[in-house]
Amino acid sequence: MKDHFTMDSPQPRLLDETKQGVIGTPMDRPDGPRKVSGTADYTADHAPDGMAHGVLVRATIARGRITGMDRDTVLGIDGVIDVITDPRMIRNPAQGMAGSAPVQTGDEVHYHGQPIALVVAETFEAARDAAQRLTVHYHAEAAAVSPETTPDTETDDPVTAGDFDSSWSAAEVQIDRAYTTPSQAAAAMEPHAAIADWQGDHVTLRSALQMVRFNKAELADTLGIDPSKVRILAPFVGGGFGSKLGLGPEAAAAAIAAQKLGRPVRVVMTRQTVFDTVLRRSETAQRVRLGATKDGRITAISHDDRVSNIDGEGFAEPVSQASQFLYGADGLSFTQTVARIAATPAGSVRAPGEAVGMLAFEAAIDELADALGMDPLELRLKNLPEKHPIDGRPYSARRLADCLTEGAARFGWADRWQAGTRREGDWLIGIGMASAARSNMLVKSSARVRLTGDQAIVETDMTDIGTGTYAILAQITAEMLGLPAANVTVRLGDSDLPGASGSGGSFGANSAGSAVFLAARKLRAEIAERLGCDAEGLTLQNGQARGDNREAALTELVSEEILAEATIQKGKTAKSHFSSGFGAHFAEVAVNEWTGEIRVRRMLGVMSMGRILNEKTARSQALGGMIWGIGAALTEEMQSDPRDGHIVTRDLANYHVPAHADVPGDMQVVFLEERDDWANPIQTKGIGELGISGAGAAVINAISHATSKRAYDYPVLPDRMVALLEG
Amino acid sequence: MKTYLSVNAKSYAVEHDPRRTLLDTLRDDLGLPGTKKGCDHGQCGACTILLNGERVNACLCLTAMHDGDEITTIEGIGSPELLSELQKAFVEKDGYQCGFCTPGQIMSATALLQEIANGAPSYVSDDLDSAALTDAEIAERMSGNLCRCSAYPLIREAIAMAAEGKE
Repeated sequence: MKDHFTMDSPQPRLLDETKQGVIGTPMDRPDGPRKVSGTADYTADHAPDGMAHGVLVRATIARGRITGMDRDTVLGIDGVIDVITDPRMIRNPAQGMAGSAPVQTGDEVHYHGQPIALVVAETFEAARDAAQRLTVHYHAEAAAVSPETTPDTETDDPVTAGDFDSSWSAAEVQIDRAYTTPSQAAAAMEPHAAIADWQGDHVTLRSALQMVRFNKAELADTLGIDPSKVRILAPFVGGGFGSKLGLGPEAAAAAIAAQKLGRPVRVVMTRQTVFDTVLRRSETAQRVRLGATKDGRITAISHDDRVSNIDGEGFAEPVSQASQFLYGADGLSFTQTVARIAATPAGSVRAPGEAVGMLAFEAAIDELADALGMDPLELRLKNLPEKHPIDGRPYSARRLADCLTEGAARFGWADRWQAGTRREGDWLIGIGMASAARSNMLVKSSARVRLTGDQAIVETDMTDIGTGTYAILAQITAEMLGLPAANVTVRLGDSDLPGASGSGGSFGANSAGSAVFLAARKLRAEIAERLGCDAEGLTLQNGQARGDNREAALTELVSEEILAEATIQKGKTAKSHFSSGFGAHFAEVAVNEWTGEIRVRRMLGVMSMGRILNEKTARSQALGGMIWGIGAALTEEMQSDPRDGHIVTRDLANYHVPAHADVPGDMQVVFLEERDDWANPIQTKGIGELGISGAGAAVINAISHATSKRAYDYPVLPDRMVALLEG
Repeated sequence: MKTYLSVNAKSYAVEHDPRRTLLDTLRDDLGLPGTKKGCDHGQCGACTILLNGERVNACLCLTAMHDGDEITTIEGIGSPELLSELQKAFVEKDGYQCGFCTPGQIMSATALLQEIANGAPSYVSDDLDSAALTDAEIAERMSGNLCRCSAYPLIREAIAMAAEGKE
C-alpha cells in the first residue's frame, strides 16, 4: 500500500479525534536509557575489524595551488600507511539539501584550513603525528579574505512593497542604525566523523549527518558511482544545528581511503578542523531604517545587509527573512549584498537569517519605541499586519499578539521601570522583550509503518539529532493505531529505509511526522475494512478496534504483518498561505557597571508553534534555542586573521558557547495551543529554531533598559559594554 | 608499552602507544565507547570519568601515567536496564537532547554530589566549610561540561532531583 499525498487543502484534525491519548504528552524519550548509559552508538563509537585511522591535513594558505608534499618524510613514521590526495575529495561540506557533490578542487586551495590530504595509519597517534609533520609546498596567490575590503561583491535586487523612499522621507520619527554580528559556529558536541567500508563496489558509510536521503546522493556524486551502491547509517547524531546537513570532507576522504586501501577507514575531525572547514554562519553588517508616525504607526521598514561566502557556494544568510513579515508598513525594502572571500565557507547554522537578523531588527524596534516614548510591547501590538506585507498571503495561524500579551502578563512587564534607574550594588538591572518568528516549511518525506498484532515498527531514513524524532514518531504511530507507545519501534537513519526530509530548517517533525501519520492512516483504513466499519467510524485504543458496534483485538485482526508506505509533499497551501511560528521572548539582565559583565537572570519564551507532539522534547528544543540567543547576544564570536583569513578562535576555549553558569535556572517556556491546518495533516509547525529567533534581542534590549546605552555590535562582550558605559 | 588498569571493577593489562590518552584507551582498546571525545583538549568535559574517585577529563590523561589506577566510566554507573538514580532523573527531566555530552554530564554530576557531601566548597559557596546544593552551586560545578543543545536548566533539575532522592 503506497500513498502519495500533496498538501493542497487544509486537512481534518484526526489527531484530535483519536483515543489513545499519547500525542502531545510529555513522554520520556524511548532512546533515553541508551543515551544516559553511554550505549547510544554515535559514528565514532564504532571500530570495525581491520579499521585504519585517518587524520585530515589542512591548507595553510588562503589561495593558491599545491605544488608538492614531502610524503616520504612521513611515510617512514612507524604505523603510517599512506598520504592520500584525490581529485574526488571535497573542499567543504555540502550545503543543506544539495544532493550533489560540493566543489572538488584537486590541487587548488581556496581557503586557509581547507582539507587537502588524508594521512592514514594503523593508530590514531601515528596518523595525527604524520598529519602535523607533513610539509606541503604551495604556489600562493593573493586573496581577499575580509568582507569589508574584498572588491568582489554581488548585490541582489531589493525585495520591496509599496514605496519605501517616500514613506521614509515622510516619516515623523526615524531610526537609522547600523549593526554588526560576527561569524558563529554550530559547534555541535560531536565532532564530524565518518567510517567507510566497501564490500565489492558497494560502500557503507557511517557518518554524523542530518539528511540521509540527500547525503546518499552527495556521496554517490562525489565518488562518481550510482546511488544504489551507497548506504548511509546515522542512527544517533551528536547534535547538528545545520553543521551536518551536507556530506562533509571527512566522509568523502574516508570513502576514498577505504576504497584505495581495501579496509575500513575512520576519520574523525579534530575540534580545530571542525572550526576550520565546517560551514560557519556568516558575519553580518546590517542597516535598519524604521519610520513611524508620532502616534506609533510604523510607515517605513528597511533592513539591508551584507554577508559573505566563498566562490561557488550559493548560500547567503537570509538576514532579513523575519523582518519581511513581522510588522506592516506603507513602504518596505530589503537589499542583500554578498561579499566573496577566500575563507571558511558559510552555510546554515540554526535559524539561518532570524538568528542574527532579529538581533538587529528587534533592537531597532525597541529603539523606535524609545524614540516614540511608547512601551515596546504596545508598539509591536499596534503594528501587526493583516497579511504578509510583501506578497499579501494570509497567515495560516498566527498568535503573535497572544504570545506578546500572555508573555507580558506572566513576566511582570507592567512593572517595568524607567530605563537606567534600578541597581543592586554594582549591578544595573533591566528587562527587555522581543518578538519571535521563524517561517515554517514542509519537505517531501516518505515513511513506512508495519503492524503485526499490537506491535508496530516505523521505518524512515529520518534522523534524530537530539530533536526527539524517536519519541514523536512513536507517539504519532501509537496515537493513530491505538497502541501504547512502548509497542512502537522506530528505526531511523538508514538510507535503505524510505527517504525523509532529514533534520533541518525545523521541518523534520512536520515532514517526517506527516509521512508516518499518512502511512498509519492507511493501516487504519485496512483495519476498518477487516473489522467491517467505515474508517471514519473506527476507534483504536489500547490494541482494541471498535466501530459499527463491532469490536476486535488487533492481535486477532492483524495476525500477520500489514504495512503501508506514504509520501507527503508540499502543494497549493504553501502558495495560498504563509505559515510561521510566532512567539515573544522576555529577559532580565544584570550589568556590572565596572567590569561590563552581563548576567542573564531569567528568561521567558511564550510560543505558538502549531500542535505540540511531545510537550517535554518541545520544551527542550525551545529552551535550547533561547540559550543560543544568550550566546549570540553575549559570548559567541568567531575571529579571523585579517592577513590570511584563518580562524583564530578554533576551539571551545576560544569560541565561547554558553556554559551552565551562563544560564539562569529560571528559564520558562509556555506553549499557546494552536493548530495550523494549512501547514500539514498533523497541524504542526517547526520548533527547533523559533526558540533562538528573537531571544538574543530580548537580552540586548534588557541591556539597554538596564544601562540606558545601546549596543550595535554583537555580542556585547565586557570590553564593549565598558566602552558603552564610559561613553 | 603495558599499563595495568582497573576499569569498572575489572582488571585490564593494556598494550599501548606511549602517546595514547586514557580516553582512546577506554574507547578503542577496552571497547568502552560511552566516554565521548568532544574536543580532545580538556575544553568540553564530554570525556569526564572518575579516576580514583575524582572526576577528570580522560583526554588530558596519558594512559602510561595511570598504572594501577581505578577508573569508573559511564558503563560502570548503570545500564539501560538498570539505571542509576541520576541516570533515571536525566531521562525523566529530559536533561539531554542529542545525548553526546550526557555521559560526561552524568559522570561530573556523580562526582559533584560526592564533593558536596564531603563539604568541598566552590567559588560560589557562602563559606569554606560546607556547601549547599543550590542551583548556583550546581551551575558553577557543572560548568566544565558543555552542552551545545543547551539542556542546562534541565540537567540541573535532574541533578537536584537525584540528590533529593538520596537524602
